[in-house]
Amino acid sequence: MTEDRRVFDYLLRLADSDLVLAQRLGEWVGHGPVLEEDIALTNVGLDLLGQARLWFAYAGEVEARFAEAGRSEDALAFLRDSGEFRNLLLVEQPNGNYADTMARQFYFDVWHQLLLVKLAHSRDPRIAEIAVKAEKEVVYHAERSADWIIRLGDGTDESHARIQAAIDDLWMYTGEMFDPDEIDTPLAEEGIGCDLRALEPAWREAVGSVLDEATLTLPGGTWMQRGGKKGVHTEHLGHMLATMQWLPRTYRGAEW
Amino acid sequence: MYAQMVDTGANKLRALEDMGPEERAFQERVDADVKIEPKDWMPEAYRKTLIRQISQHAHSEIVGMLPEGNWITRAPSLKRKAILMAKVQDEAGHGLYLYAAAETLGVSRDQLVADLHAGKAKYSSIFNYPTLTWADIGAIGWLVDGAAIMNQIPLCRCSFGPYSRAMIRVCKEESFHQRQGFDIMMTLCRGSAEQKAMAQDALNRWWWPSLMMFGPPDADSVHSAQSAQWKIKILSNDELRQRFVDQTVPQADYLGITMPDPELKWNAERGHYDFGPIDWDELYNVVKGNGPCNRDRLQTRVKAWEEGAWVREAALAYAEKRAARAQKAA
Ligand SMILES: [Fe+2]
Ligand SMILES: [Fe+2]
Repeated sequence: MTEDRRVFDYLLRLADSDLVLAQRLGEWVGHGPVLEEDIALTNVGLDLLGQARLWFAYAGEVEARFAEAGRSEDALAFLRDSGEFRNLLLVEQPNGNYADTMARQFYFDVWHQLLLVKLAHSRDPRIAEIAVKAEKEVVYHAERSADWIIRLGDGTDESHARIQAAIDDLWMYTGEMFDPDEIDTPLAEEGIGCDLRALEPAWREAVGSVLDEATLTLPGGTWMQRGGKKGVHTEHLGHMLATMQWLPRTYRGAEW
Repeated sequence: MYAQMVDTGANKLRALEDMGPEERAFQERVDADVKIEPKDWMPEAYRKTLIRQISQHAHSEIVGMLPEGNWITRAPSLKRKAILMAKVQDEAGHGLYLYAAAETLGVSRDQLVADLHAGKAKYSSIFNYPTLTWADIGAIGWLVDGAAIMNQIPLCRCSFGPYSRAMIRVCKEESFHQRQGFDIMMTLCRGSAEQKAMAQDALNRWWWPSLMMFGPPDADSVHSAQSAQWKIKILSNDELRQRFVDQTVPQADYLGITMPDPELKWNAERGHYDFGPIDWDELYNVVKGNGPCNRDRLQTRVKAWEEGAWVREAALAYAEKRAARAQKAA
């Protein structure tokens, strides 16, 4: 695989996780537990959608270096099937209740921030530039989701039970975040991507200390689900894409 | 319009000389365009009417998030998705400012929301219509936000300070929404034949309900005169409706789509468009609960609120625990 192809695939991973999570957060709009939360969740969704668009735009440029033409952000978002999506399995999990949504967000945000801090030093100046911008937003996401984990964990018996269940249920989707493959490794070595394994201790420490404060228990399971980066997803992604992509696929070639 | 048929509790207007000294001083301030602030003396009926009007407006913003939110997951491009999410989020913000304005009159947001959920409070009839195609998102921005602006610009000058200030903030954002909606319509009308048909179909379905947003004809609006005297309604329903028609018809011409009204025609003598009769029976039915989506909209709001109860309780319990710990530490 050429370097450009690797970078292209790498950018899709970044873009797809952002897009898929933004799409999930979009499902909450108008249905949040309180108006202020509705607004705050939408903010996070909008940030992630904005970041996805930046990664897609760059991915399209990189693609143009090895393909006949680079695809537009909409072609990449709406005209790829689930097997071509490269997002983490974690972010495609359904919204569930508010605890499920917050646990998913928390696991992702802590990792996302650690990743972007590293990518801010990427040797690829475009990656570095986007990461710097995105990281500023993600700091706030991570603070907010940690706050909610603590509130729910140390809130009522009911909220404690719900958030612990969500933390446990989603645990098996976290391993993939630290699992480098034949794309991650060379890019990390070249200083373009980052060493995913090295993120894990910091992630565990940050997650552990928030769970501690929330009076919650860090799950101990060691079996992890994998496949997102290779396009092997859970059943949920197909349904999400069916909804998301239906209109542009029905009216092919239309401008909106 | 976002507030339709607001009951003022009055059946006739009172002249200054029939008023007691406090009420007279109040009315003179209103007449002199001095803003009434929450701490000022005000007639009880003014306070109650404003609570009804502002909360109805707030509920409309919140319920109005649903028909548009219906298309966030299906928006046809990433740019449109981002714009729509931001728009629906703005509406939530409008709801917040308006609930806050109502709270200055001595009611709580929780109480107002409980009234909405119990079916005791109204919201604009327009949000009881379904959004069936993507063009409906364009039509709502263009027509519904357009009608909202038409009504709310004069309300920026209304007599109650907090309401007037909320309207000034809201209007700025509504005009963005209207432009974005028009842009969707424009893109569809310049697109394929199927897209243009989608735009025409949306106009066919939203045109009459948009005109109904301004409320019943003046002749049947029993409470308008009182609201006008209090300057919480500046222009009459029919005046606003006429302005809206006059503004919107040339825009439809520009788009190349037509209003579903064979009687619509420019009247050079009046300097206005004449338009066909509105089906008031439909409006009264939708207000009464018989619109295509009344039940869905309310059930959705109630469900979100009930399913969020444990989250709100947890946040409260945690805040209390924290406060108790801080006190113990001090
Ligand atoms: Fe609004
Ligand atoms: Fe609006």
